[in-house]
Amino acid sequence: MVARARAPQHPQQAGPRAGEGPVRSRVALRVNGRTYALDLDNRVTLLDALRELLDLTGSKKGCDHGQCGACTVLVDGRRANSCLLLAVTLDASEITTVEGLAASDGALSPLQEAFLEYDAFQCGYCTPGQLCSAVGMLREAAAGHPSCVTDAATAADTAHPAALTPEEIAERLSGNLCRCGAYNAITRAVAACAATEAPDQAPRRPRT
Amino acid sequence: MEPFAYVRATSIQEATEAYASHPGARYIGGGTNLVDLMKHGVETPATLIDLTRLPLHDFQELPTGGLRVGACVSNTDLAVHPLVRTRYPVLSQALLAGASGQLRNVATVGGNLLQRTRCPYFQDVSKPCNKRQPGAGCAARDGLHRDHAVLGHSAHCIATHPSDMAVALAALDAEIELHDGEHGTRRVAAADFHRLPGDHPDQDTVIRPGEIVTAVLLPPLAPGAVSLYRKARDRASYAFALASVAAVLRLDDRRVRHVALAFGGLAHRPWRAATAEEHLTGAVPTDDAVGEAVDAELAAARPLRDNAFKVDLARNLARDVLATLARSAPGGAAPTGRRP
Repeated sequence: MVARARAPQHPQQAGPRAGEGPVRSRVALRVNGRTYALDLDNRVTLLDALRELLDLTGSKKGCDHGQCGACTVLVDGRRANSCLLLAVTLDASEITTVEGLAASDGALSPLQEAFLEYDAFQCGYCTPGQLCSAVGMLREAAAGHPSCVTDAATAADTAHPAALTPEEIAERLSGNLCRCGAYNAITRAVAACAATEAPDQAPRRPRT
Repeated sequence: MEPFAYVRATSIQEATEAYASHPGARYIGGGTNLVDLMKHGVETPATLIDLTRLPLHDFQELPTGGLRVGACVSNTDLAVHPLVRTRYPVLSQALLAGASGQLRNVATVGGNLLQRTRCPYFQDVSKPCNKRQPGAGCAARDGLHRDHAVLGHSAHCIATHPSDMAVALAALDAEIELHDGEHGTRRVAAADFHRLPGDHPDQDTVIRPGEIVTAVLLPPLAPGAVSLYRKARDRASYAFALASVAAVLRLDDRRVRHVALAFGGLAHRPWRAATAEEHLTGAVPTDDAVGEAVDAELAAARPLRDNAFKVDLARNLARDVLATLARSAPGGAAPTGRRP
């Protein structure tokens, strides 16, 4: 399915500088399983494309400099800061935002359920980034990635991945800041999800 | 951000030709630093040449026993590669100590080497900076310079290089492979790739205009060599180094057969501690011997008004890392031959 997005709005319409190529590009962005044909100013970040052009406002703009993680999405299954990615570079990538974590019928993913169950947020602004980051992190952990706090012997043992202790979870999610300080509950929610669910498992049930 | 044209290169030749035909072009890898600098107005490329589709995503085991790492490999993929984790733990540890999971997934090996300093005055175009604008002056020298250099700085620049990975590469005697499209490839020792600022702080590295970092070459480590990275920072995770240490140690009959020590966070480039290495080579690495060697190296430190604490941090880190390695290195704990 090809969806036509809203016409992009730009405060300064860019004209090419002398001797250079066009400063706009046609890009097919794949987001949450849909393809969006866009004619973009090359300066548009993935975050701005999601929020301003595709009305996917779940991903949040906190710092806009890759320091807070509120804009975290999954690009080809891996977590990334969408504020530091230029949309023009992502032709052919599969992007998943927080809107794509739940099933089409609204059934929340196990991680989303765990965030509700463990009260893993207060204001909620960082939550979409925390969720996408945690999904990516759980995949990394399942693939056996060590972290900075993994002891040397475990890190060198490629057959036995490190257990996701609270310390490991905190280190692996350090790219997501929470100004409310809900870290303990976030850690518990992620730990519960890691212990009981595969992160990629389909949503359990519709939420009523 | 200034408008720019976008070119996606699919071969090294295509990239270098695009560079030659587009004045004011910059290469982009993961872009985690470059895009940020463009937002700050520090970088204003007329054209971005995207290198992420170049065939530089591979690991290749070399006949020598070393490992060739393509420049487009992500920081995550390098850190978690089984051969890196088992043969070069210092490199895996350095990568995992840097940035966040999100950034490591996107940042490339080549881009990590070419990232710019995080000196706040370099990133703020309203402040004078000799690195950003040669001759403009340095706002950091009399400003907030707690995070800045204590070794090898100049009257023109006191910035540090922010990479953790590069510090491990310097200690591993890795090489950087560069390609210019015209003359083919050349190799530069990782320890010589970054420059001291001197009177040209605008030049971070020895890379020439249009050259592309194509690979990092890791030499084989001799059997028995152990390595370790340790980093001190203001918060427990996701912060640049105030000081860091990468070290490789190999003992033979209790004596140091090979030692490589490099500091991060202290200088405009990873600081390979040649003086300390000279002191230790051939010696039994007792706490006293290690302390003397590290002190001899750091005697060259010239701290600024507010960052003398970094010298102590570096000293303690280096002593601790070398002592830890001396305890774990084969041929250390249980002497097999003659006594010293």
